[in-house]
Amino acid sequence: MNFDWNYALDILPLLLDGLLTALIATVVGYVAALVLGLVFALARRSSKRWICLPVGFFVEFIRGTPLLIQLFFLFFVLPQLGLALSPLAAGIVGLGLHYATYTSEVYRAGIEGVPPGQWDAAVALHLPRRRVWTSVILPQAVPRSIPALTNYSIALFKDVPQLVAITVAEPFTVGRAIIAETFRPFEPITMAGLLYLAVALVLSYLGRIVERRYKGMATA
Amino acid sequence: MSFIDFHQVSKRFGDNVVLDDLSFGVANGERVTLIGPSGSGKTTILRMLMTLTKPDSGTIAIDDEYLWHERRGDELVPAGEAHTRKVRSRVTMVFQQFNLFPNMKVLRNITEAPVHVLGTPKDEAEARARDLLEMVGLQSKADFYPSQLSGGQQQRVAIARALAVEPDILLLDEVTSALDPEIAAEVLDVLRDVAKTSDVTMLLVTHAMRFARDVSNRVLMFNEGKIIEDAPPEQMFNEPQHERTRGFLRSVLEEV
Repeated sequence: MNFDWNYALDILPLLLDGLLTALIATVVGYVAALVLGLVFALARRSSKRWICLPVGFFVEFIRGTPLLIQLFFLFFVLPQLGLALSPLAAGIVGLGLHYATYTSEVYRAGIEGVPPGQWDAAVALHLPRRRVWTSVILPQAVPRSIPALTNYSIALFKDVPQLVAITVAEPFTVGRAIIAETFRPFEPITMAGLLYLAVALVLSYLGRIVERRYKGMATA
Repeated sequence: MSFIDFHQVSKRFGDNVVLDDLSFGVANGERVTLIGPSGSGKTTILRMLMTLTKPDSGTIAIDDEYLWHERRGDELVPAGEAHTRKVRSRVTMVFQQFNLFPNMKVLRNITEAPVHVLGTPKDEAEARARDLLEMVGLQSKADFYPSQLSGGQQQRVAIARALAVEPDILLLDEVTSALDPEIAAEVLDVLRDVAKTSDVTMLLVTHAMRFARDVSNRVLMFNEGKIIEDAPPEQMFNEPQHERTRGFLRSVLEEV
């Protein structure tokens, strides 16, 4: 069986449209994961039990269940409870929430890595609690977290094909639609895979640059 | 009640009794050095005054205000955070490990509290910070990051930073223990200056005995969570009364 280049070129625009959708899901989902993860991490450190306990339970629950089931829940079950999301919106919410539970652990480690003496000094200088976080703790904890956070952008991107389950038109979904018409799976699936590979390579290259930039900075 | 008043304060970490039913007072403006073997509770005293460590029992008061308690009628109840914050706002502390904020340049390390706690306008706080840097001999380092300074320089910045909050009580916790003797001397010179030019109340834990003799007007000897001797420095260092004090001073002086 030979790779048909003409066929491959014919379907490329469709697949690229799919790739654009995948990139949107990745970028928006990842930004949501970065923000929500920080919120989760801070909430779990709260001294108020009515904040830290439910958030802790929620995070463990999401982290302990498969993304695929969460996507099904968001797309098929939520509408029955009165909240209908478009496939892409459901996908972004699913990816964002799921990865927020991972990034929150990264932030947690970053926060715990700030030496206790920094907290002591903040008390000795009478800094208000909010100020301690925004000017002392997070500026040290976040740079420390960046290499690990970058890795999750790649992991998240590679989980985008799971959105096929909720009909988001990313490359894999597009490829399956093409196969349904042409009955020729070799090129669409190979091309979809190559597109994912290309983006993942770019992301990991960027990740390495970021890592080099921030390694050691936290200990400075 | 004394200006600083410890009343029947106890603290244990696990089975280890750090402070044992301890009561003592410090007068306003007094310079008190706490000496004694490690683990005898000296640092715990300072950390309690800074509210970094909570006593198991007893009361601590500063200028008639309880640090960990509030008066409600005739009763003492556990203090809310706002109360504790208010009382401790008169106290600051310099640490053995400097604890400068590595993400801020030297100048902002010093202005952070004046600007965001005292509400001093930024340019005013910066002018004052530069004065303080000059006092500790580091006016040229304002735009450096702490990691670009030596240990002795970092500690001098930490002293400037502490003075910037205009404390009534300055706690110095083994501020030269992490430094080479030569470097320690420049830090101690700065502190002698502070002692001479201000009337801040000082509590210091140190092993630098000559410095303790120079700046303090009272020395407390701690052993196993109790004060076993309380005397002016001349008496404490020249004719200690307690056998344990004599042994301790002998071992410390031999070390140096």
